[in-house]
Amino acid sequence: MTKKKVEGRAGIKELSPIDVYKLLPKTNCKECGEKNCIAFATKLVSRETSLENCPPLLTEEQKKAYKQLMELLKSAIKEVVIGVGEHAVKIGGKLVMYRHELTYFNPTAIAIDVTDEMSEEEIFDRIKKVEQFKFGYIGQTLKLDMISVRSTSSNPEKFKATVRKVAENSNLPLILCSLNSNVLEAGLKVVSKCRPLLYAATKQNWKEMAELALMHKCPLTVFAPNDLKLLKSLTKTLIEYGVEDLVLDPGTFPSDGLANTLNNFTMIRRTACKRGDELLGFPLVGVPMVAWMERGEAPEEIVKWREAYLAAMLIVRFADIIIMHNVDGWTLLPTVILRQNIYTDPRKPVAVEPGLKVFGVPDENSPVMFTANFALTYYTVASDIQNAKVNAYLLVVDTEGIAVDSAVAGRKLTAEKVADAIKASRIENRVKHRKLIIPGKAARLSSEIEESSGWQVLVGPKDSSDIPKFLQEKWQNPKHTSATR
Amino acid sequence: MKIKPTKIVEEGFISPVETYPGKVVEVKLGSTKGEGGSRGRSVIIGGETAPAFYSFEKRMPHSPIIAVDVFDMKISLPRAVKMHVKDVLEDPAAWAKLAVEKFEADLVTVHLISIDPLIKDASPKEAVETVEEVAQAVDVPLIIGGCGDPVKDANVFEAVAETFAGERFLFSSITRDMDIERCASFIKKYGHVALAFTPMDLNLARELNRILYDFLPKEDIVIDLTTAALGYGLDYAFTAMERARLEALMGDPELAHPMSSGTTNAWAAREAWMELTAEWEPRELRGPLWELTTALPLLLAGVDLFMMMHPAAMKTLKNIINQLLGGDLLKARELIEWVSTKI
Repeated sequence: MTKKKVEGRAGIKELSPIDVYKLLPKTNCKECGEKNCIAFATKLVSRETSLENCPPLLTEEQKKAYKQLMELLKSAIKEVVIGVGEHAVKIGGKLVMYRHELTYFNPTAIAIDVTDEMSEEEIFDRIKKVEQFKFGYIGQTLKLDMISVRSTSSNPEKFKATVRKVAENSNLPLILCSLNSNVLEAGLKVVSKCRPLLYAATKQNWKEMAELALMHKCPLTVFAPNDLKLLKSLTKTLIEYGVEDLVLDPGTFPSDGLANTLNNFTMIRRTACKRGDELLGFPLVGVPMVAWMERGEAPEEIVKWREAYLAAMLIVRFADIIIMHNVDGWTLLPTVILRQNIYTDPRKPVAVEPGLKVFGVPDENSPVMFTANFALTYYTVASDIQNAKVNAYLLVVDTEGIAVDSAVAGRKLTAEKVADAIKASRIENRVKHRKLIIPGKAARLSSEIEESSGWQVLVGPKDSSDIPKFLQEKWQNPKHTSATR
Repeated sequence: MKIKPTKIVEEGFISPVETYPGKVVEVKLGSTKGEGGSRGRSVIIGGETAPAFYSFEKRMPHSPIIAVDVFDMKISLPRAVKMHVKDVLEDPAAWAKLAVEKFEADLVTVHLISIDPLIKDASPKEAVETVEEVAQAVDVPLIIGGCGDPVKDANVFEAVAETFAGERFLFSSITRDMDIERCASFIKKYGHVALAFTPMDLNLARELNRILYDFLPKEDIVIDLTTAALGYGLDYAFTAMERARLEALMGDPELAHPMSSGTTNAWAAREAWMELTAEWEPRELRGPLWELTTALPLLLAGVDLFMMMHPAAMKTLKNIINQLLGGDLLKARELIEWVSTKI
């Protein structure tokens, strides 16, 4: 790829491993696990290791170098921790504006809305849904992260009782939401050791909110809707006041305000990442649930739909936390998958090792199938074969981490590659037959595969969930075969 | 110990506006009677001089547009899509009419899958007839989709290009394994537009464009960097497109073309169409949201032309585009009170 300079490339790209190396102890002691100090420096720059892995650096005489290195490796967006213990959530910590410039750290945290005027039943139901939300995806479990407790009553006692109820029933980190500092304080008293995120300091209440944040050592949100000058002024003021962990909310406005919303998020992130403005170098909070505020006569499904697409746009345009009202799986599933996708490391293809995988106890008559080495494709096919409880061989062809249909279209999956994979796997020594079941989405390659591999091709289903049915209909049951032999 | 401030410390904010040396070429799709074709309207895409929807820098010169997929034979479709087109599945002209009149398609893509030697191996003549029927039924610009077979597609594209000379149809797509010289030449000769398709690799995209430049003016080329579904490689597609557009703006002329996305690929994700356990249902809503959620990151990365399938997904995308281009009407002021509003 030609190295053309993209938009400033400040931050990470300007930091060279040599600058970091100069400050390291240069002992080449390998205690960090790297070959030498320059290798360690390179990994520090790409954030694949941390300074704490260098014991000589942590000594008293290296204190100055350590501090300089900390400063040098500081992220453009400050990392802020919400909550304590194993459920604590880290947000921000970004080094770059665009994911291709390095990678994004700390996936957008998703918080679900609970209010102090909801019935106890509804609150418990919501907590349960948040806690039980789980979706298995390429070997990971996708989850929701936080609960946001809002005061709609403006009654301190009511808010306090609700915060207590939530805290007693969930270990997830909390966002406490009220612009009234008395209300917020009442709720905060219940969870003062739990480091909730406070929402929010405004032009009017900033001093009281700053006091609360300092007293309880909590991160604090700065809310200045569609006013970046005010946002920056408030941030400056709060920092001078002594509050260090800030989160910024420039306001989320749906429909007519959508352009402003995206502009504000983008301007803040660019100013922080490309212009080095530390006053805006804090995590951003987006509030897709504002979709519910302009509901009008719209049916609930429509509002949920709007909230989901606001969430998607905010995840792409730099939000580090989003607060959502709806808890339905059909809207949250695309949301958590998109978050996962945007936060994968573009430096590493999401691929599995190509080669032959064995399912059950296959014999010389067992079916041979192939698939792509894109991790998601592989795990999906593998789980379908496992669930079908069949004995089979699965050949994983190196498609450079691309799914079957895209790989066929993009010529990353070719008949030659399949033939090579057959040879390399030595499957010909394991089975007597020469029948290859190919993915339905690679049907186009059938005759070419037959030609280049010498195997007979059976075009399998387009979706691997149909593999069991396909084998039953088109492949002689191996057990049956061996019993009659 | 520093003294704590007692009032707000005023700070200035300067909008971080950049200037970009590059500009995306403008490509005109379709051709009206006055312009030498037969379409009711033509449409221009591209022309950007700033990243997509960075409206604090520049307004988008042209709105991204949506083409609706129409197939020339009955194919299996996800249930959520099928319920909207079940009456027209075997009639591409009626399907196109439905797409334009009911789904508000800006363009129609005629997918000539029946020409596939592995399917029906329909002849170029039959393909021309299908296109003729669609062109009669609707007057929006057309996209001509092939079957993916490099030889057959070239044969069919040439026949369609010749019959509909001057219409500025978009031929989807021209790939590296086709006879590029031949395809580019008939596209030029008969006055059409090429969709240059490459697999999420900017160098391959540049390479294909360089070959095309020998035969076609830049204004006759749209690029497609491949769209993978949400959850199935969308991250690669998103980043390829975001990078391509940024590099184009930074002055790389070989990537400075409008971008097209086969967003319909979203339905390749089983989570879009498959019945899952109750907590993820109903799939009739999850499916179109999957298509929309695949489209949105690509919209923000700079895609100019979306090929889509589900009416709800495209209507919403169109609304969002209009809202984003609608500018800075801040009617939504009262939403500041979201914190204390009861739902």
